[in-house]
Amino acid sequence: MKKRGLFFRKTTNLAVTAASILTVGFALLFMGWILYTVFDNGFRSFSWAFFTEPTKPYGIPDGGVANAVLGTIFITLGAVVIGVPPGLLGGIYLAEFAKGNKLGNVIRFSANVMMGIPSIIVGLFVYALMVYTTKTFSGLAGSVALSIIMFPVVLRTTEDMLLMVPDALRESALALGAPRWKATMNIICRAAKTGLTTGVLLAVARVSGETAPLLFTALCSDSWPFGYFTQPTSNLTITITEYATNSPFPEMHTRAWGAALIITAAILILNISCRFLFKDSRHGK
Amino acid sequence: MENNNNINHTAAAGKTKISVRNLNFYYGMHQALFDNNIDILEKQVTAIIGPSGCGKSTLLRTFNRIYQLYREQRSEGEIILDGENILDNSVDILELRRKVGMIFQKPTPFPMSVFDNVAYPLKLHFSLSKSEIIDRVEKALRGASLWEEVKDKLKKSGMALSGGQQQRLCIARAIAGEPEVLLMDEPTSAIDPVGTLKVEDLIEELKQEFTIVIVTHNMQQAARISDYTAFYFQGKIIEFDITEKIFTSPANKQTEDYITGRFG
Amino acid sequence: MENSKKQLISPDAADQLFKITTAVCALLAAVVMLGFFIQLFWSSIPAIKTFGLDFLTSSEWDPVKNLYGAMPAIAGTLVTTAIAVVIAVPLSFIVAMFLVETAPPALSHTLSHAIDLLAAIPSIIYGMWGLFIFVPFMQNQVQPFLANTLHLKVIPLFAGEYNGFGFLTSGIILAVMILPFICAVMRDVFRMVPPVLKESAFGAGATSWEVTLDITMRYGARGLLGAIFLGLGRAVGETMAVLFVIGNVQKMPTSLYQAGTTISATLANNFAEAQGVFRSALFELGLILLVISFLIQVLAQFWLNRVSRQMGEK
Repeated sequence: MKKRGLFFRKTTNLAVTAASILTVGFALLFMGWILYTVFDNGFRSFSWAFFTEPTKPYGIPDGGVANAVLGTIFITLGAVVIGVPPGLLGGIYLAEFAKGNKLGNVIRFSANVMMGIPSIIVGLFVYALMVYTTKTFSGLAGSVALSIIMFPVVLRTTEDMLLMVPDALRESALALGAPRWKATMNIICRAAKTGLTTGVLLAVARVSGETAPLLFTALCSDSWPFGYFTQPTSNLTITITEYATNSPFPEMHTRAWGAALIITAAILILNISCRFLFKDSRHGK
Repeated sequence: MENNNNINHTAAAGKTKISVRNLNFYYGMHQALFDNNIDILEKQVTAIIGPSGCGKSTLLRTFNRIYQLYREQRSEGEIILDGENILDNSVDILELRRKVGMIFQKPTPFPMSVFDNVAYPLKLHFSLSKSEIIDRVEKALRGASLWEEVKDKLKKSGMALSGGQQQRLCIARAIAGEPEVLLMDEPTSAIDPVGTLKVEDLIEELKQEFTIVIVTHNMQQAARISDYTAFYFQGKIIEFDITEKIFTSPANKQTEDYITGRFG
Repeated sequence: MENSKKQLISPDAADQLFKITTAVCALLAAVVMLGFFIQLFWSSIPAIKTFGLDFLTSSEWDPVKNLYGAMPAIAGTLVTTAIAVVIAVPLSFIVAMFLVETAPPALSHTLSHAIDLLAAIPSIIYGMWGLFIFVPFMQNQVQPFLANTLHLKVIPLFAGEYNGFGFLTSGIILAVMILPFICAVMRDVFRMVPPVLKESAFGAGATSWEVTLDITMRYGARGLLGAIFLGLGRAVGETMAVLFVIGNVQKMPTSLYQAGTTISATLANNFAEAQGVFRSALFELGLILLVISFLIQVLAQFWLNRVSRQMGEK
């Protein structure tokens, strides 16, 4: 039989490897560029005042982001309080009661689809539901929007983590005579607690950087976020938008970078900690 | 000094196809094969038996250098196939793998049709016309005793066949490129008894054309189908001889203990 | 032993309650999803009544006369998404392939974590970087290069004035943003290919690239498609990365250098001041975006579900 040229095949293989190395380098370069920009420009704004003073009204090229940081914390915490418990409970349902059945599949499918819906839509939804009806923007509405984004994430990660708990554990808990709800909450959830925690933390990291949903719910403010329930609440992401696009002063642009750095750092730290947390627990088993 | 390898009574019985000389093998820091020396004879079935983890598959995987996919695995020594040392980097690995085919423990049909599965090595290594490929695919499938069962299903996915059929498909694929050696790593341990029987009958036929080295956990299988048997223990070849001799009057006590089931 | 513990409700009832509570929580996923459609549709009704189907095809945009058309926004969304996907998908594939097939274990491990972290960076960061760093770069380096040095300005696609903003810039930033995301999903798909299958192909004498092409891509075809659609979905609805750099002009895309808009950018820009029919029109735009991204997500899930069923059969 006539043989095919080995040279062609080997050269192609080599060329692909070379191209992939170049591409990876190129992609890392871009990413490095972005991260470097954030850190470099962001650090320039860091000062004691930056972290302790609130934002100043438009037109005054000064001020800090303290109220925005606090506002983001409030709004995110609110989202956790509203969105995480249903997510956890729903995930428990999917893992413990709906392993293969049709209803479970429908719910899983909906949750997966929900995770891909643009966050601006969620903002519109909550606007129509809460802001329009109560005629007021509020940090609470922002939390509701973020909780809707968090909910399917927590739902699916809870289910995945609980499914990793071996059936033998479930069976031995029930064999001791514990009612289903006690076995689930006390024993199974405890066994999966690291995984569940990382799931929640990752969801928090995901929503803390969201801007679009807050555009229609929490808006922005120069005062401290104590009007969380009934008034526009300051937050980092909208502040960044304001400073970056609405302010002509370079000092405000620098502050926008500073706020961006705070968010990026927080998200990266959350993600990295989750990795270590989860890895340790897996090795411990 | 205990010579940890073969007493080859068969110098007269045939040509040596593969000659292993002073082979040592390492997984990282851990040594798995110790100074192996063995001659695999042409167009004979050589079985490699021994308890789990003793190096049988490791030896097999040096014959086509498939271990080189994993960075921490390395070999020292020589393996002479048709006069060349195949462990030498100058030997072309793609051509080596055309010459030396491998069948795995778990059947591995590629995610394509039955026809494309068998045609794969043909398209890889040769430039043939469409009709030539069709002829050779049929020849290979016949050679694997599979043609009658799949001739109407050539377009069906290879993964849709039964376990035993999948393994024979893998054999058909392995022989399509006209190799000289077939390596089989416990080829029937993952398929049902009926399928196993068919594969064993097939091996009986295949040895007329190919040199076959088969690793097996199943001693009865080794006794049934092989001409020569090597007994491995902890990375060393304890005994290598004509199968009948190994199973009826082994020279080494360890061999005898293993054969009679005292360990392993 | 006597059961002397006093109980408010029997254990069976407690378990039932538990099951129902958790079920209700889980059902929220479907309910809220449905709620999106219902609410947005409800709020779009005034606009639907006013503009009818013409809304979808008209490119008029006149706040003074209260005449609005969705075409520029829809077209802009499609254009920026197309650019982003065309750039990001092949690059993601190559990086994922390198990660799983070629890279030594230590590098693969680090790179894999890096990709996951990069995928977590919020879009506003990309928007800011785009606005302050990339737009000037495009304006001063890339766009003149393409238009003048490569003489591409003769093609209508690259014609016209440029200032760094516009469809091309937005598309590229979107591509950079969705790249780690698509790459992470593709990596997971590649990892699902059984190693023994790949070894078998190597054993038949294939090169690394041939194994990827003939085995991995076929085996993971559905997963890869799902990854592409997930990335597509991410790009379609992206607001912040695009808002800062698209230029925010309600015009149909005729050149890559021209400023324009997308659905989400239009929403973000105009919602605050909009009232009455204008606001309803914006809700209708939101509904259109919801429908588009819903379809994309459903398709993505369809492909990815086939993958897990394939795994389950093994």
